[in-house]
Amino acid sequence: MSADIKASDVRKSYQLEDGGTLSVIEGLSLNVAQHEFVALVGPSGCGKSTLLDLLAGFQKPDSGSIMFLGQPVGRPSPRGILITQKGSVFPWISAWRNLTFVLNGMPEEARISRAQHYLELVGLQDFASAFPYQLSGGMLQRLELARALVVKPEVLYMDEPFGSLDALARLRMRQELLRIRREEPQTTVLVTHDVDEAIALADRIFVLSQRPMRIMRIVEVGIDHPRSMADPRAVALKSSILHDLGAIGE
Amino acid sequence: MLGTIALAKEGVLVHHIAASLMRVAVGYFGAVALAIPLGVAMGWYPPIYRALNPVIQMLRPISPIAWIPLAILWFGVGNASPIFLILLSSFFPMVVGTIAGVHSVERQYIRAAENFGITGMKLLRDVIVPAAMAQIVTGMRIGLGVAWLVVVAAEMVAINSGLGFLIIDSRNAGNRYDLVVAAMVIIGVIGFGLDLVMRRLELIDSVRWRYVR
Repeated sequence: MSADIKASDVRKSYQLEDGGTLSVIEGLSLNVAQHEFVALVGPSGCGKSTLLDLLAGFQKPDSGSIMFLGQPVGRPSPRGILITQKGSVFPWISAWRNLTFVLNGMPEEARISRAQHYLELVGLQDFASAFPYQLSGGMLQRLELARALVVKPEVLYMDEPFGSLDALARLRMRQELLRIRREEPQTTVLVTHDVDEAIALADRIFVLSQRPMRIMRIVEVGIDHPRSMADPRAVALKSSILHDLGAIGE
Repeated sequence: MLGTIALAKEGVLVHHIAASLMRVAVGYFGAVALAIPLGVAMGWYPPIYRALNPVIQMLRPISPIAWIPLAILWFGVGNASPIFLILLSSFFPMVVGTIAGVHSVERQYIRAAENFGITGMKLLRDVIVPAAMAQIVTGMRIGLGVAWLVVVAAEMVAINSGLGFLIIDSRNAGNRYDLVVAAMVIIGVIGFGLDLVMRRLELIDSVRWRYVR
């Protein structure tokens, strides 16, 4: 498997207003293979979102290199789409227009069939003409996913994508995501503080430390799908990761 | 009141209302055509904002009335003077509203557009303007209110038609305060009607989403 993303010794700090510097990431290296699903799990405020910003090209590292498909990461591009908890589906156009709008410079026919395919893939074919404010939180997040996939990115970056959903909708989105992955495998980097979510979805889990961020441990999940959270291996994995994160005692 | 009915019957009233509305329409749409593109450019490109904002903020507090002598000097006593004053006075609330609208566009939409490779005119036209539209429309409502306010003042000087002229002429031609008050009421009613028309703009897709909870 070729590495889609290769970060080596990445450092990032911010200038504070009082003149000091806040070191967010100190010498972090990671590889993500093609079609692999990687989850980054860490405490809130540890710099997970900054890391995704760096990987997707929204920010530049102070030092170190980030290679994407063998080339240094430049500006953000449709080759790596970032989905966040806030949601960025354009609220002034319909679900359908959200998909066709981002398909720039494609022949009309290809656009329509592509948009149709992805709207169906996320189960929103009956809501093509609905506006985002008419959709539920879960549907909105599915639309967000469809809009990301419609441009056929090489990588999907997800920053707490289901963070604003209720517990039930979040479980459903996991199943959706796994189903979509079975149909169309996609290199994915998921940032989350939900250990269950990471175990349910990822091939590998990177456990991250408090700021300044470093990788404490890389875990191969190695449980076949469909995974059950009651699986003894999942239970053991969860408690060991929570232990790493200091969320449970000895 | 009888005088008003007489005026209406003679078609004089319609003539004055039409004259005022025509001036407002020309001046106002001229201001829209200038203020919205300029506001978008100023809101989006910081160098343009830094260069032009001081000029705009300095001109903005000058009452349109203060411009009347210059307007007459530059444009004479025809229609051009009041149209200029309307354009000038409705321009400012719209340009300020548009700038504020562009400045308050949520970062996640700008980032998404960047991520999908949407740039240049397409970015401005299809992302920034719709995201800012609610505030642009608010500016347009205020702008139209100001335009209607100013047309009356402008018509009291250097022109012989319109509702402003009707007011000043009614007083001068024998203290016809019944006509003065009638004209004032008509101004109020038309202003209300214009705002109702403007509120229809809140139903367009790029505005409505802001108001849905």
